[in-house]
Amino acid sequence: MSARIGVVTFPGSLDDADAARAIRIAGATPVALWHGDADLHNVDAVVLPGGFSYGDYLRCGAIAKFAPVMSLIIEKAQVGLPVLGICNGFQILCESHLLPGALTRNDHQHFICRDQKLRIESTETLWTKDFSPGQEIVIPLKNGEGGYVASEATLDELFAENRVIATYIGGNPNGSYRDIAGISNKAGNVVGLMPHPEHAVEALTGPTTDGIPFFTSVLKSLVGAS
Amino acid sequence: MARVVVNVALKPEILDPQGRAVQGALGRLGLIGVSDVRQGKQFIIELDGALEGERAELLHKLAGELLSNPVIEDFTLTVEN
Amino acid sequence: MIDSVEIAKGNPDTSQPWAELGLKQDEYESIKQILGRRPTSSELAMYSVMWSEHCSYKSSKVHLRQFGDKAPKTDALLVGIGENAGVVDIGAGWAVTFKVESHNHPSYVEPYQGAATGVGGIVRDIISMGARPIAVMDPLRFGPADAPDTRRVLPGVVAGIGGYGNCLGLPNIGGELVFDESYAGNPLVNALCIGSMKHEDIHLASAKGVGNLVVLYGARTGGDGIGGVSVLASETFDADGPAKRPSVQVGDPFMEKLLIEATLEVLHAGLVEGIQDLGGAGISCATSELASNGEGGMHVYLDRVLLRDASLSPEEILMSESQERMCAVVTPEKIDDFMALCKKWDVEAVVIGEVTGTGRLVIEWHGEMIVDVPPRSVAHDGPVYERPFHRPSWQDALQADAPTAQRLVRPSTPEELKQTLLDLISSPNLASKSWVTSQYDRYVMGNTILAQPEDAGMIRVDEESGLGVAISTDCNSRFAKLDPYAGAQLALVESYRNISVAGAKPLAVTNCLNFGSPEDPEVMWQFAQATTGLADACLELGIPVTGGNVSFYNQTGDSAINPTPVVGVLGVIDDVDRRTPMAWGDDGDLIYILGDSFDEFAGSEWAYLQGHLGGLPPKVNFAQERLLSEIMVAASRDGMITAAHDVSDGGVGVAITEMALRANTGARFWIPDNIDPFVFLFSESTARAIAVIARTEELRFTEMCAARGMSATRFGVVDSGLGIDSGYPGEQVIVIDSLFTFRVEELREAHEATLPALFGG
Repeated sequence: MSARIGVVTFPGSLDDADAARAIRIAGATPVALWHGDADLHNVDAVVLPGGFSYGDYLRCGAIAKFAPVMSLIIEKAQVGLPVLGICNGFQILCESHLLPGALTRNDHQHFICRDQKLRIESTETLWTKDFSPGQEIVIPLKNGEGGYVASEATLDELFAENRVIATYIGGNPNGSYRDIAGISNKAGNVVGLMPHPEHAVEALTGPTTDGIPFFTSVLKSLVGAS
Repeated sequence: MARVVVNVALKPEILDPQGRAVQGALGRLGLIGVSDVRQGKQFIIELDGALEGERAELLHKLAGELLSNPVIEDFTLTVEN
Repeated sequence: MIDSVEIAKGNPDTSQPWAELGLKQDEYESIKQILGRRPTSSELAMYSVMWSEHCSYKSSKVHLRQFGDKAPKTDALLVGIGENAGVVDIGAGWAVTFKVESHNHPSYVEPYQGAATGVGGIVRDIISMGARPIAVMDPLRFGPADAPDTRRVLPGVVAGIGGYGNCLGLPNIGGELVFDESYAGNPLVNALCIGSMKHEDIHLASAKGVGNLVVLYGARTGGDGIGGVSVLASETFDADGPAKRPSVQVGDPFMEKLLIEATLEVLHAGLVEGIQDLGGAGISCATSELASNGEGGMHVYLDRVLLRDASLSPEEILMSESQERMCAVVTPEKIDDFMALCKKWDVEAVVIGEVTGTGRLVIEWHGEMIVDVPPRSVAHDGPVYERPFHRPSWQDALQADAPTAQRLVRPSTPEELKQTLLDLISSPNLASKSWVTSQYDRYVMGNTILAQPEDAGMIRVDEESGLGVAISTDCNSRFAKLDPYAGAQLALVESYRNISVAGAKPLAVTNCLNFGSPEDPEVMWQFAQATTGLADACLELGIPVTGGNVSFYNQTGDSAINPTPVVGVLGVIDDVDRRTPMAWGDDGDLIYILGDSFDEFAGSEWAYLQGHLGGLPPKVNFAQERLLSEIMVAASRDGMITAAHDVSDGGVGVAITEMALRANTGARFWIPDNIDPFVFLFSESTARAIAVIARTEELRFTEMCAARGMSATRFGVVDSGLGIDSGYPGEQVIVIDSLFTFRVEELREAHEATLPALFGG
């Protein structure tokens, strides 16, 4: 049986179908999770997809963290459940304090959608094992509030502990501190990423297929664990 | 009836691109000597009855957890009972 | 004091503000005749808004009939003109619906909200057919790029489209961005949406079945845009601003997203008998249209409507244009399930009435009857005008002023030709649009095959089979000014060609006809000419018009915009894997031009840059367009073609530049024999495309062209190694015969710098 990876749909989630497609292409079974769900349906990992959960009206991700399904995810993530937050999902992970720092409005104040070059900085997380260290990839980026901010001490710690998983190269698209595109928690099971690997899994629809390893990486650890 | 006003603003050390844009505009429109602009938001909460006891504690807590993000924002809370 | 039917019967001579509501004396008299009494104030509100130009098409109807009368025979049309949007069969049980609408005046008043609610409105049109929206695109036109007003309006419009569409999760796959003096003070903000569905999911706006319930769901009703439809969309701006500027409608894309999901879920669950979106004219329009399309009547309890502002009067509730609302007809047995699904999506819903067999639309307010009308008289049997029209006095002089070599100095030296290309690709109309399109999400849903700057947007409809659709909108309004009949046809053939070069077969047409005041006989002549031209052209090309929109009164004082019949063509492709992109391929690929180039510069981008507009636009050749389309579709289907690009604005020179930028690879070109280099590079003759063919496919391709009688001339070859000989080692270079050489990067900088310089980084 293939691994079951949950994709949470909040009201206002947009890239949930894309995340499910990427999971299928990687060889796993996507499981739809609803924001009001009171259990996780035995999933082996969770993807928090992009979008505008609850309209992003208070702050991006601020209301989603109080959803019933999130309290379960927060609890399980603290004991090892692999969780990948993409864009709005990254914002939710920061608001939930599973990841440090926060995402703020792009420095140029426009929404930006472009093909973004990244360097994979850490292959030690559950979601980046299938990359090679220093690998350069191109995947879509699309956000209005993607500027990663944290205190200097936190930023130093993230780099010192090899928890910055990807950085922007060829131009910082949103004013992220130290060009940070994605980070992980200390244990490496929770990863937040601003750009969208789920939009780069098919040659026909994506700029590349560079996004696939994010979804295959986690399968290795799941197979290893079972 | 209580009226609670919660003001939320980005912490001083966090970049505020909207505030910076407004600062630039104020200068272009002839207002000299603008040394800083920070953009924030204000919540006006109308409550039945006075705000006291557990309800006041909960509101303070939620102002720090829901209305503001302690990682990047500060809040002030004033109550008009 | 509520003005009830009872009161209206009692005081027939009370004076009413029909003129202020935009009604004419004879229109008011005919309302009285229909009702046999004076209308109540609520009825007056309903008639005034439903009989406005915007809702009733009273000036355009007699001309729009041609789209039905002259429609080519086709099996592709499942639902025709008259519904919210036409529905087209694309095979394998799938159907698509698409429509373009204007939101011009609201976007001028409040650019962000005007443009945002324009997107919201067209998306609701699509979901009310039962379709899931799958893409949007926005044809935009503004005054001069460097005008202060353009700088005010354009960034807000773009941010509004992005802010709303991005939050809905709909990929924005194309559109247009055109600058012209004629749009100063009258920008055109048109919004297009396309949706897909299985045949069995098609739904129509009709209230059938006596006893069925009428449900209003979505956002609450507030004071948004009261009178907006009749005042904002139908009357021109006076010198001192509109006398009764209504409040601007404000959009809530999050609510719209919930509305999409809730609506599709109730439709798929089979809980809905009829459905209608609330757009202009709000509840007035939805209830009268639903009742009018059904067989009976409707009884509405207006006081049940959930309000955002409790102080609204019944007249205001009837006219409110609050966004993100829908109206559904549901059987009593299914109402609980319907309500439960709304609750699941946090969408408020309330039963506001029921379908009756009376043949009357009756609305009551706290027990008093305030409306009692035959619904057809409101929704469908409004006034129809045969407005007078005549050819403008200046038309002949305009057409006589052709941009001949004697009239306009033409570039001839290599340096002049090189500079001309640079000027064109960096001009606001031809420069890179990425400043705009990078603010739109083109990736969401994961089915975008082609998006701007490609010729057409293309979306995969069925992931299993690869079935997809392509869509493009076009209009050169300068052509339409020179000759509105030909101009509308030129818009159609360009859009048709854009679909074809992408490898899709054109199937159906939509339009958004933007014109000045219909009360001006010269504007009305332009409108009559354009609609006739478009209807005739659709017949020639064998593709029907499925719906559209008319926007009149786009003028400031006596000065009307260029006639702007924006035409959208939809095509189908069996397997999106076969699409033809714009970027050419590998070294050695051969570059052909299909079709013939003539000395045609009237209305061209080159003439526009010289400040000239005159002469007759390029000739339309339907036979050649059809042939070109067949060849491009066949070449794509049979895998003969690597890349292709339509030749239109700016001619061959601009087309090959765009292809080189997309591919980031150089190429060498030579000017074909017996043609002037300037004419070859910059003429805007129609029925032409550039095709890039791998050497292995060359014979097959040229034989196909020869067999079908299409002229195909090889004039270039892809070559990534031209840098060294040109003195730019390591760089990609374009060499145009012995005339001039460009580094691709140099072209890119010129192409991409223009809009950021105008509108900010």
